[in-house]
Amino acid sequence: MSDKLLVRAEAERLFAFFKAQGAEAVDAALMQPAGTLLDLYGEDIRARAYVTHDPDQGEMMLRPDFTVPVVQRHMAEGGEPARYTYLGEVFRMQQAGSGRATEYLQVGYEVFDRSNPEAADAEVFSLFAEVLSPLGLRPATGDIGILKAAVASLSTTEKRKAALMRHIWRPRRFRALLDQFTGKAAPSSARTAFLAVAQKEGAVALVDRAGPEIGLRSRGEVIRRTDALLNDAAEPLIGRMEAEVLETILALRETLPNAFAHLSDLAVDLTGLNSALERMERRMDALNDAGIDLDGLPFEASFGRTHMEYYDGFVFGFMAESRPDLPPVATGGRYDALTRVLGGGQEIPAVGGVIRPELVQELREGLV
Amino acid sequence: MTLKLGLPSKGRLMAKTFDWFAERGIKMERTGSDREYAAQVEGADLELVLLSAGEIPRELRAGRIHLGVTGSDLVRERIPAWEEVVKELQPMGFGFADLIIAVPAFWVDVTTLDDLDAAAAAFRAEHGHRLRIATKYHRLVREFLQDAGVADYQLVDSQGATEGTVKNLTAEAVADITSTGETLRANHLSILSDGLIHRSQAVLFKSRKASWGDAERAALADLTERL
Repeated sequence: MSDKLLVRAEAERLFAFFKAQGAEAVDAALMQPAGTLLDLYGEDIRARAYVTHDPDQGEMMLRPDFTVPVVQRHMAEGGEPARYTYLGEVFRMQQAGSGRATEYLQVGYEVFDRSNPEAADAEVFSLFAEVLSPLGLRPATGDIGILKAAVASLSTTEKRKAALMRHIWRPRRFRALLDQFTGKAAPSSARTAFLAVAQKEGAVALVDRAGPEIGLRSRGEVIRRTDALLNDAAEPLIGRMEAEVLETILALRETLPNAFAHLSDLAVDLTGLNSALERMERRMDALNDAGIDLDGLPFEASFGRTHMEYYDGFVFGFMAESRPDLPPVATGGRYDALTRVLGGGQEIPAVGGVIRPELVQELREGLV
Repeated sequence: MTLKLGLPSKGRLMAKTFDWFAERGIKMERTGSDREYAAQVEGADLELVLLSAGEIPRELRAGRIHLGVTGSDLVRERIPAWEEVVKELQPMGFGFADLIIAVPAFWVDVTTLDDLDAAAAAFRAEHGHRLRIATKYHRLVREFLQDAGVADYQLVDSQGATEGTVKNLTAEAVADITSTGETLRANHLSILSDGLIHRSQAVLFKSRKASWGDAERAALADLTERL
């Protein structure tokens, strides 16, 4: 058999495994409307997805993942609860010269279920652990929900929290904002001077003097944001204690039970963490019930921050420790907010993940 | 062996390129009628290929020319992983232009990329679509903004008169080349303080993809000696 057929056979095996769990097999169009994906991921996705053009449908993208079309399908016509599995190619533009695959199969499993989200987290993780168990992969877990709860419980303005929340998936920008709000980075002299003038003369006078109103962003919007900058400058900085707790959380890397104990200690000062911690505890119980060895399970609070933009709760990955050159063999997580964005007013707790069969097949060959 | 040298086929860029080589003892001139794209050279074993400046990156990438003169902005925009494909032999000291991001001057609250990012988030909430930036330098601008962590913007293509797009309501901001900033000022636009994406100038590039046998290498060594 050719390599491609071997990979296909591996994919079919994984697909059959998820179907045997009772998941409904679904498919999605190879060409997806670019607008939806661009609105979700921003222009950055143009560097990662192949864009093409159709005279009737406009800009289209070769399917960069299944999650978006599967969520759309579920929100439009799915019954509840639902479990789906799929098998098909995804296409990823890679950096020039990287040599990474631009087209590969994914097998996925997605759960839409309101009844017990933590049990669903554990269900997805343990199924992936089971089907991948012969490969001896290193699992990783995290929880974007803990980070979000930590940000939400800072004693600062809603605007600052919203700014931090928006950039949870962009660690560098998040860091810059945090340094600004804690006073670690002083405002530029230009900004200080600008605020002094705005304070003295008022935003209206400044805007009128600066030039004519052109374009869609209106004079009113400029004045409102200038006033917001003035208000923000008058707000106290985020305290050092709170900033340190957040830093500790961002850097947390432990086994799952130790991480939980550590976070529980932090929650004494940062009580806003409590409901996220309750979810974490229920998830640990569910994982334990599913036969997962919690003491052997790593937890990194920052895991999944850079490459899993729509995940907003539990996140996980499976890596081949002996092959650091390979991308993760499997990744997944919870994406409740995505169902809200794509659901047109509706939402449902959802969690899922994908496996790359060609990596499974390659690693399996290395075993024999 | 004759090296193929791609040159801009018209305008000031061509004239300055000719001057630059003339100062180094290599005389180039157009031949035939004004409209014929042909040129000859004295003082070096070069074959001149007259091309639009925008096509020179493509020809360098394909290896159809050994050397080429074009703007460093065009090479960076049009050749992915450009450093693996071409080598900068000599910056030529003309054709200076800065690729920058500019916003309406009356946006007194937006002077940095941080501001642009925050304003883009507010703009999207207010108007229901991402803040539009008009440009023809899609790759350079996108990589620059991604690196800076700017979100909630979209690039709209503008192949000319880009400074007018804000007034015409087809974009909220622009990313374009400017040398003196006069056109920007005339269109009531102002450059972000950290909005310099690339400082471009004309550069003599070497294609790594062209065929480089011993004879070509010797010809290049001979040429670079004189430059």
